[in-house]
Amino acid sequence: MMKVVVGAGSCGIAAGAQKVYDALQALNTENTAFELRITGCNGMCFLEPIVDIYEESGDLTRLVKVTAADAQKIASAVENQNLSALDTLKISDEDAEFLNKQTRIALRHCGVIDPESIEDYEKIDGYRAIRKVLLEMTPEQVIEEIKTSGLAGRGGAGFPTWFKWNAARSAGGEEKYLICNADEGDPGAFMDRAVIEGDPHSLIEGMLIGAYAIGAKEMIVYVRAEYPLAIKRLENAIRQAEKKGYLGENILNSGFSCKMRIKAGAGAFVCGEETALIESLEGSRGMPRLKPPFPAQAGYWHKPSNINNVETFANVAWILFNGGEKFAAMGTEGSKGTKVFALTGKVRRGGLVEIPMGKTLRDVIFDIGGGIRGGKQFKAVQMGGPSGGCIPESLLDTVIDYKALGATGAIMGSGGMVVMDEDTCMVGMAKFFLDFTAKESCGKCVHCRLGTKRMLEVLTRIADGNGQEGDIELLEELCYSIKDGALCGLGQTAPNPVLTTIRYFRNEFEAHILDKKCPAGECTALISYTINPEKCIGCAKCARNCPVHAISGTVKQVHSIDPEICIKCGKCAENCNFGAVEVH
Amino acid sequence: MECSCKNVHSDLSLLDTVLDTYANVDGSLITILQKAQEIYGYLPQDVIRHISEKTGIKPAKIMGVATFYTQFRLKPVGKYLIMLCKGTACHVNGSDLIEKTITETLGIHDGETTEDGLFTLKNVACLGCCSLSPVMMINEETYGSLTPDKTKKILAELTAQAKEGANT
Ligand SMILES: Cc1cc2nc3c(=O)[nH]c(=O)nc-3n(C[C@H](O)[C@H](O)[C@H](O)COP(=O)(O)O)c2cc1C
Ligand code: SF4
Ligand code: SF4
Ligand code: SF4
Ligand code: FES
Ligand code: FES
Repeated sequence: MMKVVVGAGSCGIAAGAQKVYDALQALNTENTAFELRITGCNGMCFLEPIVDIYEESGDLTRLVKVTAADAQKIASAVENQNLSALDTLKISDEDAEFLNKQTRIALRHCGVIDPESIEDYEKIDGYRAIRKVLLEMTPEQVIEEIKTSGLAGRGGAGFPTWFKWNAARSAGGEEKYLICNADEGDPGAFMDRAVIEGDPHSLIEGMLIGAYAIGAKEMIVYVRAEYPLAIKRLENAIRQAEKKGYLGENILNSGFSCKMRIKAGAGAFVCGEETALIESLEGSRGMPRLKPPFPAQAGYWHKPSNINNVETFANVAWILFNGGEKFAAMGTEGSKGTKVFALTGKVRRGGLVEIPMGKTLRDVIFDIGGGIRGGKQFKAVQMGGPSGGCIPESLLDTVIDYKALGATGAIMGSGGMVVMDEDTCMVGMAKFFLDFTAKESCGKCVHCRLGTKRMLEVLTRIADGNGQEGDIELLEELCYSIKDGALCGLGQTAPNPVLTTIRYFRNEFEAHILDKKCPAGECTALISYTINPEKCIGCAKCARNCPVHAISGTVKQVHSIDPEICIKCGKCAENCNFGAVEVH
Repeated sequence: MECSCKNVHSDLSLLDTVLDTYANVDGSLITILQKAQEIYGYLPQDVIRHISEKTGIKPAKIMGVATFYTQFRLKPVGKYLIMLCKGTACHVNGSDLIEKTITETLGIHDGETTEDGLFTLKNVACLGCCSLSPVMMINEETYGSLTPDKTKKILAELTAQAKEGANT
């Protein structure tokens, strides 16, 4: 019997995967025609919903952009063993390259196994690494293996994982905690969600290995509140693992005991910072603590604690199973293994990309991502979210490496990679991030609380056409005072998006301030739309597409735009086939 | 509409099992508030007082926590809670225009509820479906690749649905 697998991550479901699944299920009520299963995201977001058909031989046929209306066709083709009937739905060779060009470790099971089945995970060597660790290795040997691998934290800062584990192991006391940071605060990133939704057991296994290494008896996963499906799948996985004896007392008869629970976040970006996260776990306002002491000495309830990111843990079982050297064989001198990126924005093929460190940004955005949509020009890529920065075209050959990316003024970050084209205003981008950090500042430090507000005011006035000479310098000054005066990483890195945009797109700032122009045509206060009577043939297409009915005119007559009503959405310009709508 | 904050009478017994489980577990305040909000749709004043009495945590601390996290609401929300993504990917792909469309169609801004109590608009940062940006989530259902027209259609459908529900 053939196996039909529907990609059902929360994004796939939003694109219609659940409807596809339900339609297939309705045609297969007795489960006789085929075996119907789900899987997590395979990362080809731009082709969702995706349906994979596995023949008994193991051969895979991948169908993309499937709708519920295709269910009947799929069911009959599968039943009749005639997959050529599905040719129109098959993924193109070009799109298939998106996955073929990747190297998957953290995402190795995403889109491959059923995340709701522990048996599926066990069948592909799941829980073998923890068995080996518990029965054959000492905690010191585990830490040594992680050291050999060169694994560094994937949450943003890139701190060596073995070092943190060793510090927590060496800290005194019986009661220790291992915490997973699944807050995924970078707005534009979804790697961690995909791992938890698509492969929850590998997170559990990676965390168990970490818990054994540091000597923790309790593990807590702090998951972002906006991820209900991730929480549900992880809860289910924990219950399954408990039943099978991978969690709880005396795991695999090794004498090691460890339990695990989930804590749902409540919406505060600063809670991704590890000491704020601990405050939040303790039921308080998520205000960062002064460091030292570090969590390794005094963390959750002031007991030694270690915090790692989801993707960091997702690599761990693979490393222990395959050996640290194999991991370290990939990457650059200073950055080992692979990194997952959430590629989004104006890129043609958006989705999850996992590649070895050492590849270039161009490889990711152009070779894998297919470049910019709609024939537009690449302008910048934003990495590291509110703590990171915008990297311009001239630096696209920068290699993916903690140091090399840091040198651009951006950071590796947790994996958000938002691509922008010529229509994205960089002043607007800087303002966007400052608006975010000003709202998310916890308010503990004056510099961060007031400084971000001050910067937002300046950026807003620049975007509104009220910028003054000297505003760029004022922004830079504010940036440095916030960096120096902030207690936690949120404040210390909040200026990065502004500093990098000024550094690489200073001319755009100047155009706003001096010429009162927005070169990208995005700052609505600085642009206006008009119809050129020489070019307009009166087809009325613009008027039909204007969302606020700002365009008047009779058919075959020149049309005109009422600037009082116009909200400057650009729809008319987009829709005019004669280039008659002009932006000034 | 008169202010409903002072003299609400919530059915406090609905919270019994939650408090039995968590009232005496250190660090459970956020969990209790989350469960309370699931039950009542928001955090009414009398519920906050009740939680304070049962846990021994001062109302001021509870309010401090409730106002720190964006998830918690101190006012009731509409039948449909629109969570509009304002994350980076959605910003780049035009979420401002979607917000404008919602505001123009329903007459509400971020944090406000329509007078008929049908819709509440809340801006959030990233729903994790960035590839479908711009995105909004209405009561657990995610809508992606939004355009002003698509947004209006969705809102009109929900309004019609609610009216139908009220008539039957
Ligand atoms: C404001 C702020 C937000 C952060 N948000 C996250 C986050 O959402 N996820 C994450 O894993 N790390 C986040 N971090 C980094 C964590 O503090 C911490 O370094 C990380 O979880 C450690 O794990 P790693 O060593 O495996 O990277 C954030 C840091 C700061 C300062
Ligand atoms: S830097 Fe900002 S977010 Fe961090 S502790 Fe200070 S005020 Fe809070
Ligand atoms: S779409 Fe272009 S040509 Fe047609 S009426 Fe509008 S401006 Fe004139
Ligand atoms: S810019 Fe938008 S609102 Fe203005 S006239 Fe064109 S379509 Fe209408
Ligand atoms: S398809 Fe789910 S993460 Fe992209
Ligand atoms: S930025 Fe909108 S869903 Fe991620």
